Amino acid sequence: MNSENKTSSPTISFSWTILIILMVAGFLTTVARFIWGIGSISNLNDSYPWGLWISFDLLCGIALAAGAFTTAGGVYILGFDKFKPLLRPAILTGFLGYLLAILALGVDLGRPERIWHLIIYWNPHSVMFEVGWCVMLYTTILALEFLPMPLERFGLKKPLSIIHKFTIPIVIVGVVLSTLHQSSLGSLFLIVVNRLHPLWHSKLLPLFFFLTAVAVGPAVVVVEAYLSSRIFKRHFELDLLSRIVKVIPMLLGLYLVLRFGDLVIAGKLRTLFTGSLLTLLFWIEILIGVVAPIYLFSKASVRENQTSLVKTSLLVIIGVVLNRFNVSLIAIARPDGATYFPHLLEFCISFGVIAGGIFVFWLAARFLPIWEVSDDASKV
Amino acid sequence: MTSDSWTNPFRLSARTWTRVDFTELQSPQYKAGMKWVFARRQCMHCLHPACVSACPVGAFRKTDEGPVVYDAQKCIGCRYCMVSCPFGVPGFEWDKGLLAQPLIKKCKMCVDRLGAGMEPACVKHCPPRATIFGERDELLATAKERIAANPDTYINHIYGENEVGGTSMLYLSSVPFEQIGFPKLGSEAVTVNTEAVMEKTLPFAAAWTVILAATYGVVKFRERTNPQGEEKNQ
Repeated sequence: MNSENKTSSPTISFSWTILIILMVAGFLTTVARFIWGIGSISNLNDSYPWGLWISFDLLCGIALAAGAFTTAGGVYILGFDKFKPLLRPAILTGFLGYLLAILALGVDLGRPERIWHLIIYWNPHSVMFEVGWCVMLYTTILALEFLPMPLERFGLKKPLSIIHKFTIPIVIVGVVLSTLHQSSLGSLFLIVVNRLHPLWHSKLLPLFFFLTAVAVGPAVVVVEAYLSSRIFKRHFELDLLSRIVKVIPMLLGLYLVLRFGDLVIAGKLRTLFTGSLLTLLFWIEILIGVVAPIYLFSKASVRENQTSLVKTSLLVIIGVVLNRFNVSLIAIARPDGATYFPHLLEFCISFGVIAGGIFVFWLAARFLPIWEVSDDASKV
Repeated sequence: MTSDSWTNPFRLSARTWTRVDFTELQSPQYKAGMKWVFARRQCMHCLHPACVSACPVGAFRKTDEGPVVYDAQKCIGCRYCMVSCPFGVPGFEWDKGLLAQPLIKKCKMCVDRLGAGMEPACVKHCPPRATIFGERDELLATAKERIAANPDTYINHIYGENEVGGTSMLYLSSVPFEQIGFPKLGSEAVTVNTEAVMEKTLPFAAAWTVILAATYGVVKFRERTNPQGEEKNQ
């Protein structure tokens, strides 16, 4: 994505080389994983049953895909029609985010060939049961929300008009499923009562995961729009983007109040000043990812300047990524003294998946009407 | 589930379902300034097992006889059982590929032997009967009798009586359990919070759907009655 070079063709071929290398490396690593087992390509172990793929590809991937449901909800349910130009790229990003998380899950699951067991064997007490169903159902919804783009491209008017009739129910079900899914990813860690550090373990984990996902949605839309403007030499919709980030200080402000209120009520305030590495991580997460964006995005001068808008959006994203890593990996104690750092080949899977996502986004941007504003809302 | 001791292998795993922890304790009150404490560890067979509650496909089950058992036919390998187990018990077969069909493995309290009217193998073969088998109530009574009769030998704590809502494995010790690597746990089952959330999920989803539909209705109604009100603020 480095297009500093004036002559664009060498830059593109350089980026393409990197993308292809990453995708091939990811594919070969996947083949190795299916032949020799997860242990052969990862540092995962019985003390660290979940690692980079769950923390990054699944938890961060799904949180960063939240822009799809927040934008769709804002445009169709709350009636903010003016944000429509942002909708299709947001839906595409969300759809790809979910597909890539599923791809990574296919590598991480011990028995991916049995994924359909989720449909026939039910355990309604299990948060993972809810997570599995939300992934299946919401990916279907995202596919339906994405479908108008290829349908328009190929001029299939009849199926297009059928889908348009169901736009509102589809969007409402999508928002409900996303709410369940984003929050249930936090609920997963409620059960790790005695090992997740008290600064992160809270009965409000589902609400915290939901709020931060909603807050990071617009930030991802901004960064995605910025990258598209650089790669595809498109106009950066500064006016619209500076408006959607106005919601971030409100959401993160509520989150901050709840997070600290919860610590006060649970009597954990002293833990904030213990000077351990985890306490430091907590403060970094809160100051960089929450407090700084609240302050910066409440200033019009920051919102209305492209560079500071993009940079502050990155802060929100970094904060959410750090939070997901802390909750799911770093702040969970392993009493047996086991350690974990992702194996190089684990990174190969994660980067390969991202490269695949960028490649498919590029294909879609090249061949599908993703920047056109459809008029389907007026038809419902 | 290890201690920084001489114990080998390093921890419980898919290949090691039970293991004796060797803990070297140092204190001037001991002869020679140190002593060894041995504790056999394996699945605790909780009364409210995290793995049973956590498994998305219900592969784990708490049997009436006590053992927490696993149905290998259902497992999808998500390893949430391993994340949720407060004792870090279930092990995964990391070295098996797709064709070798990796599974979760852990102690099953010899549920097949119990079914045939026999004791678990570990009980049967322990020469000094350090591990005994029986009804939980009776074992608790025996444990309390032993503590009362030998207050210098045992500390007054039956590990597993109340931990995470109680377990089917019960321990007596001569030293506090934290010193020999047993996790300090509350008496509330770890499944309480997740199961409370899961019970509220469907009613919440229904209410949220109604709220969103109503919001859409109100917004549309306002747009129709006030078509000039174009300018909205986020």
